[in-house]
Amino acid sequence: MLKDITLGQYFPGNSVIHRLDPRTKLIILVVYIVALFLAVNWVSYALMAAFLLTVIRISTIPAKSFLRGMKPLLLILIFTGVLNLFFTTDGEVLVDFWIITITTGGLQRAIFMVLRILLLICGTFLLTYTTSPISLTDGLESLMNPLKVIKVPVHELSMMMCIALRFIPTLIEETDKIMSAQKARGADFESGSLMDKARALIPILVPLFISAFRRADELATAMECRCYQGGTGRTKMKLLRYTLWDFYAFMTAGAVLAAVCVLRYFGL
Amino acid sequence: MGEIIKAEHLSFTYPGIDDVPGAVVFEDMNLTIEEGSLVAILGSNGCGTSTLAKHFNSILLPCGGKVWVCGMDTADEDRLIAIRRNVGMVFQNPDNQIVANVVEEDVAFGPENLGIASPEIRRRVDQALAQVGMSKYALHAPHLLSGGQKQRIAIAGVIAMMPKCIVLDEPTAMLDPRGRREVMETIIRLNREKGITVVLITHHMDEAAQCQRVVVMHRGSVAADGRPQEVFAQVQLLHEIGLAAPETVELCYELNKLGFALPLDRLDEKECAQALYNAVKA
Amino acid sequence: MEPILQVQNLNYIYSAGTPFQHQALEDVSFCVHRGEFIGVLGHTGSGKSTLMQQLNGLLKPTSGTILLDGQDIWSDKNLTRQARFRVGLVFQYPEYQLFEETVYKDIAFGPKNMGLKEDDIDIRVREAAAIVGLTEQQLQVSPFDLSGGQKRRVAIAGVIAMQPEVLILDEPTAGLDPAGRAGILKNIEDYRRAHNATIMMVSHSMDDVARLTDRLLVLNGSHLAMDGTPAQIFARAEELVQMGLNIPQVTRVFLELQKLGLDVEPVYTLQQAVDALSALKGGAASC
Repeated sequence: MLKDITLGQYFPGNSVIHRLDPRTKLIILVVYIVALFLAVNWVSYALMAAFLLTVIRISTIPAKSFLRGMKPLLLILIFTGVLNLFFTTDGEVLVDFWIITITTGGLQRAIFMVLRILLLICGTFLLTYTTSPISLTDGLESLMNPLKVIKVPVHELSMMMCIALRFIPTLIEETDKIMSAQKARGADFESGSLMDKARALIPILVPLFISAFRRADELATAMECRCYQGGTGRTKMKLLRYTLWDFYAFMTAGAVLAAVCVLRYFGL
Repeated sequence: MGEIIKAEHLSFTYPGIDDVPGAVVFEDMNLTIEEGSLVAILGSNGCGTSTLAKHFNSILLPCGGKVWVCGMDTADEDRLIAIRRNVGMVFQNPDNQIVANVVEEDVAFGPENLGIASPEIRRRVDQALAQVGMSKYALHAPHLLSGGQKQRIAIAGVIAMMPKCIVLDEPTAMLDPRGRREVMETIIRLNREKGITVVLITHHMDEAAQCQRVVVMHRGSVAADGRPQEVFAQVQLLHEIGLAAPETVELCYELNKLGFALPLDRLDEKECAQALYNAVKA
Repeated sequence: MEPILQVQNLNYIYSAGTPFQHQALEDVSFCVHRGEFIGVLGHTGSGKSTLMQQLNGLLKPTSGTILLDGQDIWSDKNLTRQARFRVGLVFQYPEYQLFEETVYKDIAFGPKNMGLKEDDIDIRVREAAAIVGLTEQQLQVSPFDLSGGQKRRVAIAGVIAMQPEVLILDEPTAGLDPAGRAGILKNIEDYRRAHNATIMMVSHSMDDVARLTDRLLVLNGSHLAMDGTPAQIFARAEELVQMGLNIPQVTRVFLELQKLGLDVEPVYTLQQAVDALSALKGGAASC
């Protein structure tokens, strides 16, 4: 069933990580990613992994969820690993068989690359797992606010994102319903050539588009009725405010970044 | 009691396309809604009730005549926000009027647009959710709620703007009996306890019977107007314009054809049973 | 009467094995006879929509069997496909599934998928259009230019054109005014008479259900809670109300009459009420 797809993947909770300001989490994610790309040796990778594991632990999100989210990306991970393993030629030769050559350098690179991607993805998951889509949108809007000076429609973009998030489940449900209705009239979406399959989509897409436009139209009227007139003069119920916890979070992230830099440039 | 909405000589025609003339919806229509009243507007599909509702808060503007809301002309652009905050709207499809993906954020949408300070918005949102009995669901995702619950969220979103009047355009058409009951109970309570004027557009006779006044529309004009007892007694007229009376009245009407002399204003089952009892025993 | 559909120990679980797992139907068994008009009652989420989609093979039961004319519809791929055509399903708000350029083409979609010849399709489309009261002229216009009520008729005609032996409708009159409701219900009756079809109709309008059906199924909390004639079902008024359902207003009036001490049998349609009361008055006058 299409309905089972969950978007945004937010796990409601009340941990310190959940309660952090979304802006803090967004900024720290960027810092974290920079640090990951600066990490060059075992010690720095170990440090990054320890940092991530500690944050996951504090967030109380079960590790299983991260593994499940990782499944679709398994192929990319293997591909990256294999590519680095075979095509790096520096260091001592460990295996030399037929056209395959594996060196210590290759082995290390492969492990580092896979680790980097793993840590990157888990970090991003952690953000979406602990932050509701709406506060994520709020955070993004607030962080992008300076861009208003160069005429970037920041409010409109975040409003669009918010509405999209709101309507994705509704439209998925609708697609499901239209598909069932056409199947009840004998429509066949599975068999036939590629051309047949493409043609079979018309009975779904036409009603879906018409319905989406009707919804958009009705929503626009409803928003007008509720006095919507764009971003000017609008206030927010929930104001974003940094707390002491955000300060601690920034300090910790800063320390990790500094440590990774030191490890890189002083080769410790 | 003063009047809150007044349509004077209202006429409206949807614009035509190319040479095709547009559809005339109203011609010289007059209607007044008293402040604090609970009014049902009945009409068959496509007879202009929804178009009329959209005139009450400046979504549509009259082609001729005037619509006054709290003494303001709806055609006055400077008063647009003042008019819309005073006359809130709830539509038929609950899915297409909920903006945010968290219940309380959606209820906050209206007050946020009005530029109200955050602590006050918080207070209004909590109050509005309590008034529709949905406080428990403040942090839920709207698409997982039942139809009746979604419609109550939409009502909360409107009352958080503290309007004097709510116009509901067939709010129960897509709901099951339980959802319909929830919505009707909510709006009747808001009318009684908060004194909010309610204009309810509906197809359901039993809902109209619960209001203080029923206005029947046909082909863009008022065909009948009065207390439900008075309006539903005009069974013949209702049938002619594709509507029906509540079953209690229909029953008395049919029996009168067979020589009974029953009153046609018994909307309540108990009253109707009493009248029937008296007639049979006489 | 010979059974056309037999539902035996039907279970259905949505999203089995995920955190969203939900049992929509639990041990549902009943039998539908040829030519019956069955009303299906139940509040939103009671499992009635899921049940309807089981009957024409759109959803596969988690366990249990559905026999169409004695054959298990899931025993053979061909039988499953045939079930779609032999058991026609009209969804709620069917007007939102229209997609063709003309009304004619949209009604022809089902028959075309059945693999019929052009001539046969033409006959069926015209017959279906006539049953729902669409004119020759309307067949050539775009369905999107029609009014809401007319669109719904087109959508119903699209299913009727497949000439299903069992026609299932999910709230066919939702959102229509009394005249529109009466029109659609008459179309359904006409189809039933023309093809000696079996009808199953999900409805929230107790008055309609009471007037039209021979038998009622009541679903509550994934179970088949009641199965009987309208008289038997509406006699259990209190239980129905607890399930979030209504009973016809005339039935409530008669319950009040009984409380007042009048010796009347419970009724559930307007006509029955009129007959019962005029008989009483006549009886009283002749004494």
